[in-house]
Amino acid sequence: MANLNDHMGRPIVAVTGIGVVTSLGVGKADNWAALTSGKSGIHPITRFPVDHLNTRISGMVDFLPSSSKGASLLTYELAETAAQEAMSEAGLDAGDFGGPLFLASPPVELDWSERFSLYNSDTHDTGAERLLRVARGLRELDIFETTQFGSIADRLADRFGTRGLPITLSTACASGATAIQLGVEAIRRGECDRALSIGADGSATAEALIRFSLLSALSTHNDIPEKASKPFSKDRDGFVLAEGSGALVLESLEAALARGATILGILRGCGEKADDFHRTRSKPDGSPAIAAVRAALADAGLSEDGIDYVNAHGTSTPENDKMEHLSLSTVFGERISSMPVSSNKSMIGHTLSAAGAVEAAFSLMTMRESVIPPTINYDNPDPAIILDVVPNTKRNAEVDTVLSNSFGFGGQNTCLVMAREPV
Amino acid sequence: MNPHDVVISGIGLVSSLGEGPDAHWQKLVQPRLEPVLDASRFSPYTVHPLPEIDWNLQIAKRGDQRQMETWQRLGTYVAGLALDDAGIKGNDELCATMDMVVAAGGGERDEAVDAAILAASESRNDRDVLLNEKLTTELRPTLFLAQLSNLLAGNISIVHKVTGSSRTFMGEEGAGVAAVETAAARIRSGQSTHILVGGAFQTEHSDMLLGYELAGYLHRGPWRPVWQRQGAEGGGVVTGSGGAFLVLEQREHAESRGRKIYAELGPVLSRRARRRRGELDGEIAMLLKQAALPDGELLAISGASGAHAATAAEKSALEANPAIAARGFSTLTGHMKEAQFPFAVALAALAVDRKAAYPVFDATVEKPFAGVPKTVLATAIGYHQFEGMALIKAA
Repeated sequence: MANLNDHMGRPIVAVTGIGVVTSLGVGKADNWAALTSGKSGIHPITRFPVDHLNTRISGMVDFLPSSSKGASLLTYELAETAAQEAMSEAGLDAGDFGGPLFLASPPVELDWSERFSLYNSDTHDTGAERLLRVARGLRELDIFETTQFGSIADRLADRFGTRGLPITLSTACASGATAIQLGVEAIRRGECDRALSIGADGSATAEALIRFSLLSALSTHNDIPEKASKPFSKDRDGFVLAEGSGALVLESLEAALARGATILGILRGCGEKADDFHRTRSKPDGSPAIAAVRAALADAGLSEDGIDYVNAHGTSTPENDKMEHLSLSTVFGERISSMPVSSNKSMIGHTLSAAGAVEAAFSLMTMRESVIPPTINYDNPDPAIILDVVPNTKRNAEVDTVLSNSFGFGGQNTCLVMAREPV
Repeated sequence: MNPHDVVISGIGLVSSLGEGPDAHWQKLVQPRLEPVLDASRFSPYTVHPLPEIDWNLQIAKRGDQRQMETWQRLGTYVAGLALDDAGIKGNDELCATMDMVVAAGGGERDEAVDAAILAASESRNDRDVLLNEKLTTELRPTLFLAQLSNLLAGNISIVHKVTGSSRTFMGEEGAGVAAVETAAARIRSGQSTHILVGGAFQTEHSDMLLGYELAGYLHRGPWRPVWQRQGAEGGGVVTGSGGAFLVLEQREHAESRGRKIYAELGPVLSRRARRRRGELDGEIAMLLKQAALPDGELLAISGASGAHAATAAEKSALEANPAIAARGFSTLTGHMKEAQFPFAVALAALAVDRKAAYPVFDATVEKPFAGVPKTVLATAIGYHQFEGMALIKAA
């Protein structure tokens, strides 16, 4: 009989279903094959013209039916596709999930294509006045729904039969991890036996790209797109904007075993700590990231030597990778130089609101498959960052525990500890 | 009483009526209080505008103020009021261990840039290129940060040093409901001892109105109280700028600091009616049943938005119980979207604390309440989706 409670007497939380979509493809099989062969999903932007843009590459998901239909519809389809895969792997009725939904998704705004078409359907007045007048004459809700922050989750709740009021959340680049944390906490509090946590982001619009560009956050290595994302390299120059989704079915170990589900991994600990230093930069001493890592270890009941592998936030920005190295080396000390630390973002780019969930999915697969995906484009190591980044080629390794980091714009840091087996 | 009860130990409020719990109480107990309205700026829509605010009082650094637009400034300001009220502001240890759940929409876009792009789009077919051309040259880089939903929480961390944890929930009124519900669950389970929870809404911006009007939700023409907009021109919602933050605290934690407790936060309930299938009436009835209302006369602070269908459903559900005396505060503040539910909870806590009910806000619909409200119901039935309620009890 397995122990069903953790070191703090809380129900152990198991993963019984995993789904993922990135620029590398739909589903775990395609993604894993690409990821472990070091293939990049970064490619030239074709969704909109790139005139006047400094960055002309991305990891957009261009192969779904909604890929050209705007951020809201694409985000929904990404979430639905990943959740469907997770549900069917978990062997659950995909129309009657019966647990709460936690969705990490990007903030929504009226798409420019809609703004243009609303505006040009009339000629009276100008600017916002005209938009408002056209708006009140609309007779269907499709455009309205794309501007409501709760609508994507509402549709997903209908689709999968989740229970209660769905929670849509944003902690910037940590959102996907926060969605998982909220699910873990709900199960630990005994509010439910299972939860559906999804991170999805299909918001790589021209305006989003330009906004990040104006903050100097994006790589401008346009010439060889698949080489642009190079976490921990000396010549890294920003992240690559990307889209994707990850979904996990979380269940109390007890409920999962009782129904004979396959246990894919354990969500062992979550930790968070907010930064109060600056809107886009982290505290120079790295203390919030350090505290988030330590909080996750403590929550998991593990000491520093209990982690086998780190799935890094590894965005490829000069700032993040330096700070992540500082925080990891502070927590793990000397050992960090020999611990494998790799960044999925070297291949899929930064999927923003989805990243924490996508990377949790890959972390769980790393343990199940005993293969660590590489950090590609590691041709020119940053001498100030001494890490075993699993350079350029996958590595076979037994991995029992993973730390997955997510550090967000606006100072929201969340770390997850996952394990292959219940203790 | 249980040491892990959730109590309300700090309240921050801003609306067109003023700022702070005392100012709101003083105003709201005046019989026949007239709302503060601006019917001209966004005509044909009426809004309840922000009062005069001296941002310096809660956001000391000008540099911080400049990094935000009004929505984030407002939220950061109201959060500061709540922290002050709870005696937590400036206490490094309490702030560093304080959790936070913010209910947020998005921040303000640059209206002038948008208008210029739209105007140019009338004479150009290459609109996508036009967009790149204008946005790359005319957007202010920092405006993006002022628009991001999670940056209200980010600014609260930076300005007030609240850094235990930081989560932002999105989704109109439902975000406010879920934020309060999740915060309360964390305290009850012993995961947290003190949490800052709330939201703000800045309606004086055309995009914020557009968010309602794409479905025709806004009331037009002469202003009317929230319960009396059925059949009038438009969709029934009159919006207001404002915000509400609460400090929720474990009873034991608040008592050990010797803090004033406004009220206990009882059960917080949420639901998602599939309204297109006609479930709203049933779901509201189910919430009222789950709330296990006490016997006898009951004061209800209703967050009704005025939206025709949702407000009619809530009105008939509340009227079906003759013991309930409802107060639709949107009559006096306007609808504050994500902040609506935290605002309702705050007004309920104030009534419990002051041992007196509010007079009717609308004499033709609401009925008087003479007794001492020991338990007060707070509601937020979303104008479009999501429903929530809470019971607030004498501490």
